[in-house]
Amino acid sequence: MTTTTIPHLPAGRTLRLGVSRIGYEVKTYFRQGDSVFFTFLFPLVMLTIFSVAFSEQNFGPDDAPLSAAAFYLPGMLAAGLLLSGLQNMAIDIAGEKGDGTLKRFAGTPLPVLSYFIGKIGQVFVTGVLQAVALLLVARFVFQVSLPTSFEAWLTFGWVFVLGVTTAAILGIALSGLPRSGKSATAVIIPIVLVLQFISGVYLNFAQLPSWLQNIASVFPLKWMAQGMRAVFLPEGYESIEVGGVWNLEGVALVTAIWLVVGLIVTRITFRWIRKDS
Amino acid sequence: MTTSAPVVSVRDLRKTYGSFTALDGVSFDIARGETFALLGPNGAGKSTTIEILEGYRDRSSGEASVLGIDPSKGGLDWKAQLGIVLQSTGESGNVTVREQLTHFAGYYPHARDVDDVIAAVGLEDKQKTLIRKLSGGQRRRVDVALGIIGRPELLFLDEPTTGFDPEARRQFWDLITTLKTEGTTILLTTHYLDEAAHLGDRAGVIAGGRLIDIGAIDELGGADARTPVVRWRENGVLHEERTTTPGALVARLGEPDDLQVIRPSLEDIYLKLVGDHASETSLTHEGAAL
Repeated sequence: MTTTTIPHLPAGRTLRLGVSRIGYEVKTYFRQGDSVFFTFLFPLVMLTIFSVAFSEQNFGPDDAPLSAAAFYLPGMLAAGLLLSGLQNMAIDIAGEKGDGTLKRFAGTPLPVLSYFIGKIGQVFVTGVLQAVALLLVARFVFQVSLPTSFEAWLTFGWVFVLGVTTAAILGIALSGLPRSGKSATAVIIPIVLVLQFISGVYLNFAQLPSWLQNIASVFPLKWMAQGMRAVFLPEGYESIEVGGVWNLEGVALVTAIWLVVGLIVTRITFRWIRKDS
Repeated sequence: MTTSAPVVSVRDLRKTYGSFTALDGVSFDIARGETFALLGPNGAGKSTTIEILEGYRDRSSGEASVLGIDPSKGGLDWKAQLGIVLQSTGESGNVTVREQLTHFAGYYPHARDVDDVIAAVGLEDKQKTLIRKLSGGQRRRVDVALGIIGRPELLFLDEPTTGFDPEARRQFWDLITTLKTEGTTILLTTHYLDEAAHLGDRAGVIAGGRLIDIGAIDELGGADARTPVVRWRENGVLHEERTTTPGALVARLGEPDDLQVIRPSLEDIYLKLVGDHASETSLTHEGAAL
């Protein structure tokens, strides 16, 4: 029997389609009202509520007062990374599994890598917009003074990029956890919520019992929040941190370990479809 | 057009889920440019067959070749030659018809023109509407459009016209006829026997995981199954006679009331095939029970 020869696809299309997917993903993200609210606007809403509710309180020592907005800004930036990355990806992809989107892709010549480039690109674009919105609101609505040194913004840059990438990859890895697209929110949101409470987003991390601090230190959100505090809290505040230092090496190390874990889990578990399910 | 190897070749295909046998030794070929209709009741194994050939399911045993490739090992090059219209749609579709088609066209090396495809499925008026706001039948047309956007060599259509109104179905038939004249090979499953008769060159009938008949559409069921029936009314009583010489019978009858010569439709032949198969299997089962 003669075999039909199948023409090869041109090289370089993985990246081209990945970029095309980013545009498609960002467009559909902003058309989805609930995800825009619960992942994009949520940290902004929380920052506003805390800043207004505790506007009379001093979050710093008596000799160096700190407004509620200044205190909560780093936490909300870190929460934004987690929401835009992990929560958004896990729920979005679980939904695409459930509604047949991935099954459709499985029958097309779309490379899996292009799909991931599209997802991570979408997280990156929305994460940047979210961070900019948070910074603008903090600066111009609540008069938080932002750092001026190049070094601080460099730290912000790497903590942001590493954090948002890790959160996105962990979201993709977790998307296999919900049994259906419909149960995705119920499975993912509690995980994200508990992490935010124990990692110094809503509650002052320094005031948590040390056993809870130890548990939180296993997970990346605590480190992402710590990295953000290192950027945005005034000098001297590291004395409140565990060990009395910002420990940026720890931030990089633990976050990177979670990035690798996420990549491995994704590599092992992600399939367009489960055959014979 | 060369008379090359078949586009689809299936030999003794079997699929079991635990102790349940979904496919029990199915064999057929589809030649290049041919439209092959796979018919059968729900749960007979049509979708299992088509999903094995699309690469969505693994077979338990037997051989399968699609465009010369084992579908369980088909890569992206192979998928670029296929058009797949799945049985179910369901994605939320926060994009417009035009956006979706333009985006998917980018996946294929020789995609069709987006405007042509939108026109071919009759969605010109809806091209700027979000897919989730379309009716079920209109969404189905988007599925068909996505199936053909990549100019496939082989097009899989799994119950493509479910939810279409009669006019949309006619439009769809015209579209498929055009694809046929362009040389596209098509594997179609459908519950509409008129659709199979209109579009199919050959058909296979699957029941209980077995291929119980296969052949040209106008030969299915054998010559006997096509014996015409003459029906007439005499003194208020309805008479029916199967005969190979209906002309002679009618001439003999003269001018009775309600005279009809009925050629069994594909639907009649199909129902008889499936009905015979069902009664045979139930007999064997009773025999086994005794």
